[in-house]
Amino acid sequence: MSTRTIETPRGTRVRVLDFGLADNTPLVYLHGLNGLLDDTKVFELLAERHHVYVPELPGYGESSGEDLLEDMLDFTLHGWDVVVALGIHRPILVGHSMGGMVAAEMACLAPDAVDKLVLVDAYGLWLEDEPIPDIFAFLPFEFGDYLFHDPERAAALLTGGTDAADPESLRDFFIGNARSLGTAGKMLFPIPNRRISKRLYRLTTETLVVWGEHDRLMSPAYARRWGALLPHSRVVSVADAGHMLPYEQPAALARAVQAFIP
Amino acid sequence: MRFTWFNLMPWPYLPDDFREKHRSVWVDIPNRLYDPVKGNAVYHEYMDQLEYADELGFDGIGVNEHHQNGYGLMPSPNIIAASLARRTSRAAIAVIGNSIALYNPPIRVAEEFAMLDVISGGRLIAGFPVGTPMDTNFCYGQIPALTRDKYAEAHTLIRRAWAEEEPFAFDGKYNQLRWVNCWPKPIQKPHPPIYIPGGGSVETFDFCIDYDYNYSYLSFNGYLAAKSLMDSYWERVAARGKDASPHRAAFAQIIAVADTDAEAERLYKEHILYFYNRCLHVAPAFQNPPGYRTIKTIKATSLAMLQRRAQGRQPEVTWQGLVDGGMVIAGSPETVRQRMEELIKTLRVGHVFCLLHTGNQTDEKTRHNSRLFAEQVMPKLRHLWPEWDADDRWWIHPLEQRVVPNGRVASHLQ
Repeated sequence: MSTRTIETPRGTRVRVLDFGLADNTPLVYLHGLNGLLDDTKVFELLAERHHVYVPELPGYGESSGEDLLEDMLDFTLHGWDVVVALGIHRPILVGHSMGGMVAAEMACLAPDAVDKLVLVDAYGLWLEDEPIPDIFAFLPFEFGDYLFHDPERAAALLTGGTDAADPESLRDFFIGNARSLGTAGKMLFPIPNRRISKRLYRLTTETLVVWGEHDRLMSPAYARRWGALLPHSRVVSVADAGHMLPYEQPAALARAVQAFIP
Repeated sequence: MRFTWFNLMPWPYLPDDFREKHRSVWVDIPNRLYDPVKGNAVYHEYMDQLEYADELGFDGIGVNEHHQNGYGLMPSPNIIAASLARRTSRAAIAVIGNSIALYNPPIRVAEEFAMLDVISGGRLIAGFPVGTPMDTNFCYGQIPALTRDKYAEAHTLIRRAWAEEEPFAFDGKYNQLRWVNCWPKPIQKPHPPIYIPGGGSVETFDFCIDYDYNYSYLSFNGYLAAKSLMDSYWERVAARGKDASPHRAAFAQIIAVADTDAEAERLYKEHILYFYNRCLHVAPAFQNPPGYRTIKTIKATSLAMLQRRAQGRQPEVTWQGLVDGGMVIAGSPETVRQRMEELIKTLRVGHVFCLLHTGNQTDEKTRHNSRLFAEQVMPKLRHLWPEWDADDRWWIHPLEQRVVPNGRVASHLQ
């Protein structure tokens, strides 16, 4: 793995993780609402076949300039600005959680510029009968309960190994969350639906929808809805995984992607 | 010194097991607990009390805005204020205030405040709160990270709407209006006194100081706990080169007066405990949406309530704890006078919002409390800042001769 920081013409600064051989087909992975956790297993597995770029969204970790991004169009164009700044042509886009929402918007905006699209437990839709829990009203310890199929692993991954009961660690975690989820709120608050469903007719890219069987934020009904809205799609369900599927079942996700993109 | 009689308008019928059965008095409190038939009597009782406070000689009568809230039944304070503007003719009408980022477009606030100022003959105090996260974000759906930006734009729009005498176009980020043209416009020039209720966000200090607005610290934690925050406020005032007029700041305080200290406990204890144990039972989950507070403010905040082990364990507060901690100033007129003087001096405030109705306090006790305070405490606190007695920069300037209902004319009694 290598790391670099790029600057977009808009003025955001973006840390990008880079995995795999430069000659392989480029794959851009957009992370979810909780940002990049320490575990990079899924990227290493994807990098066996692809050149994997993992940009960190401004507002998360070391990336900055989030004040320049205010609405869905800003975040969508930012996604393309990053692709252009990396010098990539027609990438495979893989988006997890909130990153799936951005990837789908990017593909609706410029369908010909995307080779293949993979949506993993992606935000963007709202089903009246399956309301998504309000993540902005979660207490820090509740993220683990809702995001992971196995809450035991959650605590260690989400807090980077620090003790959530320790006041100082809690403060650091909370400050980090205030910045990152504050940014996420521009796309997801109060209802995470910025009307992508009316733009999905433009999405002619072949799309794979991958969903954690036990996603407690968005049930598999959301996977079926994405599948129904996207004529060129197939839906794969992954066992023993919640919303954080890429961290809970990295091998299953990598296999699904590799089967989809021969 | 000025004193405003303030009523939060709590719902007085929250059940005894409210804390056990419900996680929050605010945002997701089921409205099956509200009974509109009882509500009919509750509103009139509370509004009668505000009018009574005008008769008792309080300088102002105050209302505020909350949503989906079991202790604040004024989603629209302007409706109450409109009635008070007709039914009273002397006191300032302090609307503390309208959450200007929630009005679409916020020109609505410029218009309604102008109406209130004109109907009342220039007695309006205009409050512009950012709004709590419960009201602003969870109930009214504003994006937390953009709330302050939207608030700032609404403030600019309202001030300009009151100042300009010709229509103008406003090309804002959140509001695009081709024709802004405020009819009516306020009597008070250049605008009614503006008060900013703050809950401790450090950014709000500079905003108040730079515009010469009153900083109103509305806390239910009492004056002892407020000392360090108000000290930092006054340090900022000095650092930005402004004078130290105590009228730059106001504080809200729960007050309970009786003939003796023991009598105060006997009369008011159950109602004040009702307020602290039921009305202030707000889920921590709704108090800190990411993005609402700035990083600077979070660093200055205690987060212990966010821990798993803290859930469901907030201890019940006790009367003695409330009185010793200064959350409540209670006792005989002399005890209350001493502690009020201490409050006024230590916080350096020229204006107190007096919470003389608390929780499910009965009408009879509320009137008793208010009368004792007005007759036996307030007169002795009037001139604690003699060198600033003439400073009316943060006070209303009503018409000398103003029309009141049925064509009668009232003159300025001040």
